[in-house]
Amino acid sequence: MRRGIFFLVLFGLTVVVAAGTLRSRQIPATPLEQLKQRFAHRHVPSVDHTKLAALQQPFESGRAVTAACLSCHTERGREVMASSHWNWTRQEYIPGRGIRTIGKRNILNNFCIGVSSNLEGCDSCHAGYGLVDSGFDFTDERNIDCLACHDNTNTYAKSRGGLPAVSVDLRHVAQHVGRPLRANCGTCHFFGGGGNNVKHGDLEQAQFEGDRSLDVHMGTDGANLQCVDCHTAENHRMLGKSYTLSSMNRNRVTCEQCHSGRPHGDDLLNQHTLEVACQTCHIPAYARANATKMTWDWSTAGQLRDGQPFEVKDDRGNLTYASIKGTFTWQRNVTPDYAWFDGTAGHYLLGDRVAASTPVAINTLYGSAGDPDAKILPVKIHRANQIYDPVTMLLVQPKLFAPQAGEGAFWKDFDWERAAAEGMKSVGLPFSGQYTFVRTEVTLPLNHMVAPKEQSLGCRQCHTRDGSRLAGVTGVYLPGRDRNETVDRLGAWALFGAIGLALLHGSARAVAARTRGRRS
Amino acid sequence: MTMGVHVYSGFERFWHWTQAALILFLALSGFEVHGSLTFLGFDQAVHYHRLAADAFIVLVAFAIFWHFTTGEWRQYVPTTRFLRAQVEYYVVGLFRGAPHPTRRTPLSKLNPLQKLVYLSLKILVIPVMVVSGLLYMFYRYPRPFGIEALNVSGLRAIAVVHTAGAFLLVAFVVAHVYLITTGRTLTSNLKAMITGDEEPA
Repeated sequence: MRRGIFFLVLFGLTVVVAAGTLRSRQIPATPLEQLKQRFAHRHVPSVDHTKLAALQQPFESGRAVTAACLSCHTERGREVMASSHWNWTRQEYIPGRGIRTIGKRNILNNFCIGVSSNLEGCDSCHAGYGLVDSGFDFTDERNIDCLACHDNTNTYAKSRGGLPAVSVDLRHVAQHVGRPLRANCGTCHFFGGGGNNVKHGDLEQAQFEGDRSLDVHMGTDGANLQCVDCHTAENHRMLGKSYTLSSMNRNRVTCEQCHSGRPHGDDLLNQHTLEVACQTCHIPAYARANATKMTWDWSTAGQLRDGQPFEVKDDRGNLTYASIKGTFTWQRNVTPDYAWFDGTAGHYLLGDRVAASTPVAINTLYGSAGDPDAKILPVKIHRANQIYDPVTMLLVQPKLFAPQAGEGAFWKDFDWERAAAEGMKSVGLPFSGQYTFVRTEVTLPLNHMVAPKEQSLGCRQCHTRDGSRLAGVTGVYLPGRDRNETVDRLGAWALFGAIGLALLHGSARAVAARTRGRRS
Repeated sequence: MTMGVHVYSGFERFWHWTQAALILFLALSGFEVHGSLTFLGFDQAVHYHRLAADAFIVLVAFAIFWHFTTGEWRQYVPTTRFLRAQVEYYVVGLFRGAPHPTRRTPLSKLNPLQKLVYLSLKILVIPVMVVSGLLYMFYRYPRPFGIEALNVSGLRAIAVVHTAGAFLLVAFVVAHVYLITTGRTLTSNLKAMITGDEEPA
């Protein structure tokens, strides 16, 4: 009988363990198989552009190429002219501010500050020809630069005025156009802010030809996806945007659009997706190949050696000082910050009066715990020290770029006062003549550089008392991280009290028993 | 040698020992999830804690059935008779070698103190643990187009109640394990729960 009970208990436990072991076996997630099959099909173009009569001419200019493109693709011009790549602005509803027309053209950023009065230095990333000043004709479709995005030869390059570089063989490029490749998008999006990986931390030149351990989607030894495989487009309206320039929860690229909301074989993990964005676990670190800029101090800019601007680089080749821009710090393999995000964002808008006592938020990601739309998202926070007018309490849009000295551009004349006056004049805002520098912060959601699943976060990196990655994320109870101090203290007293009482009572019994034994 | 009295049926002992093993396992894995100790690793602890919880609920269901079909539930009807005597026994009599104030028979297996403590486990602590545990496993955060009443905006209250109950259970187990040594001999109660037979005095 005794043995029977023992075996019954043992049997029960064995069943539990066996059930657990069997259940934990991973069921292959079928959507992933389907995705592999879908992207194993390579796009085969239906047109060979080398055979088209319209493209058999020696093109004099980019505009001539565009005219040739539009002779067949008759409606594409209107589509591009409705896009953000062209307009650099769009209408956005900003919570608390209403509907505003915002974009690269009028929003201050936390890097080279802003394009106003500096268009000539920025136009090499405009999808058009000749955006050098406010005189640019946004209604002339021949100003569209088709090749910047559609060149498939990787020989196209833009130069002054956003025009094709003289070295480009326009006929050759025009005859070899197609779907945009990583090389097309990356030429601008990997180098924003004036260098590789300056801005985002998860978009950089290593992704041109990286491996899947760097980026599981774009890795050449993996799915080898192009940007436009996720950033799909219909009539030149592309999915995806940056929350440094947009405010609304629309037009986003999501992991779910391919992977569904229940991508794991384990339902416990699937439940996380209600509150935790996929990126949180699947982007364990950003800037995993080359460093990204973490801080930018404009206040040290303007130092000259023998009257000449100079640069300092660290031993890995990262620019740590430039006379034209100030002092930078860089970091590689950075652990993200984490924030609640509901898909809407606010922005510092030109003319906003701000106190200089706390860092000025260049953008703000909205969302909090308990908000059904909000999820925990990994972000990069880039901190800077930017020029500010203490009298008007405005962040200053300085004039930085000019082709030559004497026009008041800081990068040529190194005179902040004049650069501020020129820049603020260009945006129609006052400048008192006084300037100082204030701390500013921008929050950049991390979406790229998704790591292979083996590198994704384990439970303990968040569910832990000390050093949780989500230590700063409040409003949610995280088992393993959180506890009720009072309950834990009372509970410990109850437990150790019981142990203590048992020991005390037991030893008293032993003593009493021995005493009785001696007496008898 | 006289025959002992059979006090614990086969099922009762199976139930007791399986429950003991499960509670021990649930405590270890549960306090690992809570962040108090290291045992299986967090993910495995969560996984097996849930499985053991499923097993525990099945066991409780069988135990409830057994209690009602056999009428054994009457064992837990609380009484104040001899309650004072039982407390005095633990505080004073035990040290003087006084006899137990109550005797275990198949019809009355539990002393008045046990009746009280076990009853509160059965109708208070275990149900609170099962309910808070089920909520812990099957809670869902607010989501659009769902049934409002099923939404839980956070785990905090559920987790805190579940933790408090766990501390009570563990403290009970400690006291229980100690008090079983207060039988006729140090191990007589343990033997009874293993063999089912109360050895004759």
